[in-house]
Amino acid sequence: MRGRWVWLPLALLAFVAGLAIYGLVRPKDDFVRSNMVGQKLPAFDLPAATEGVTGLRHTDFADGTPRLLNVFASWCIPCRAEAPYLEELKSRGAQIYGVAIRDHPRDVAAFLSQYGNPFALIGADANMKLQLSLGSSGVPETYIIGGDGTIVYQHIGDIRAEHVPQLLAKLEDAK
Amino acid sequence: MRSIIFAALLIAAPLRAQDAGTSYANAQLADASQEASAKNLMLSLRCIQCQGQSIADSDAPIAQVMRSEVRLRIEQGESPDAIRSWMISRYGEWVSYDPPLSGVTILLWFAPLLLLAAAIFASRGLFRKAKP
Repeated sequence: MRGRWVWLPLALLAFVAGLAIYGLVRPKDDFVRSNMVGQKLPAFDLPAATEGVTGLRHTDFADGTPRLLNVFASWCIPCRAEAPYLEELKSRGAQIYGVAIRDHPRDVAAFLSQYGNPFALIGADANMKLQLSLGSSGVPETYIIGGDGTIVYQHIGDIRAEHVPQLLAKLEDAK
Repeated sequence: MRSIIFAALLIAAPLRAQDAGTSYANAQLADASQEASAKNLMLSLRCIQCQGQSIADSDAPIAQVMRSEVRLRIEQGESPDAIRSWMISRYGEWVSYDPPLSGVTILLWFAPLLLLAAAIFASRGLFRKAKP
């Protein structure tokens, strides 16, 4: 009787050690995904992010055409890296609306002139209210918004070459 | 006198750098009981950026916005539970340090009781041996 139970603590220790090893070798993924995927876009009305562009409202998305909503900032380095891929998405037919997070009009203008402007409309989310309402955890992020204003998909982090076809396919599916 | 004013301005400069839109990020509510319930809630909401910290402890921009949002909503009379559910509707259960009792978390909630029961069971022999 006693001999059988003496293995129990050892088995527990092995289990805990196993968990620790699993935690160490598991690929790191600390993205906090939005819980808003599948929900309607929250209501918002953002002023233009800089001179010469038009601001952004939630109703701009609900006209039947699926679009990309790109959350970016002039101070965000990965946003520079994804700029050419946003251009590519645009040239392959995607309509992209942008939201500049916690940014200044002058800096947004400089960012657009240096890295290009793939956005049809750009709103300024100066106090990150929209970012919070979207369940967005950082910049850059790209959302696919269905033609009825529903959030269909969230891409966290910069868009790289391999993501372009994925996003185009998902945009096609959303039609 | 001038140097004192200059020094005071230097010290105050970081305040100017803070965003105007997040007015309640680092300012308390006037009503002490409201501030207490806001603070309580902030301690149990998790910062999205500094992932091991509560939004009360973190100075990340997103934590500031979340604190501001919590205080504003408390000031407007919203209940802490409603605010927590709003945050969860955005970021999932991840954002709350107060996990609800569900199928997934049942072990989390009852593990202490299970461990206590196991410890009593394992140590029962020690008490029996006291007899001569």
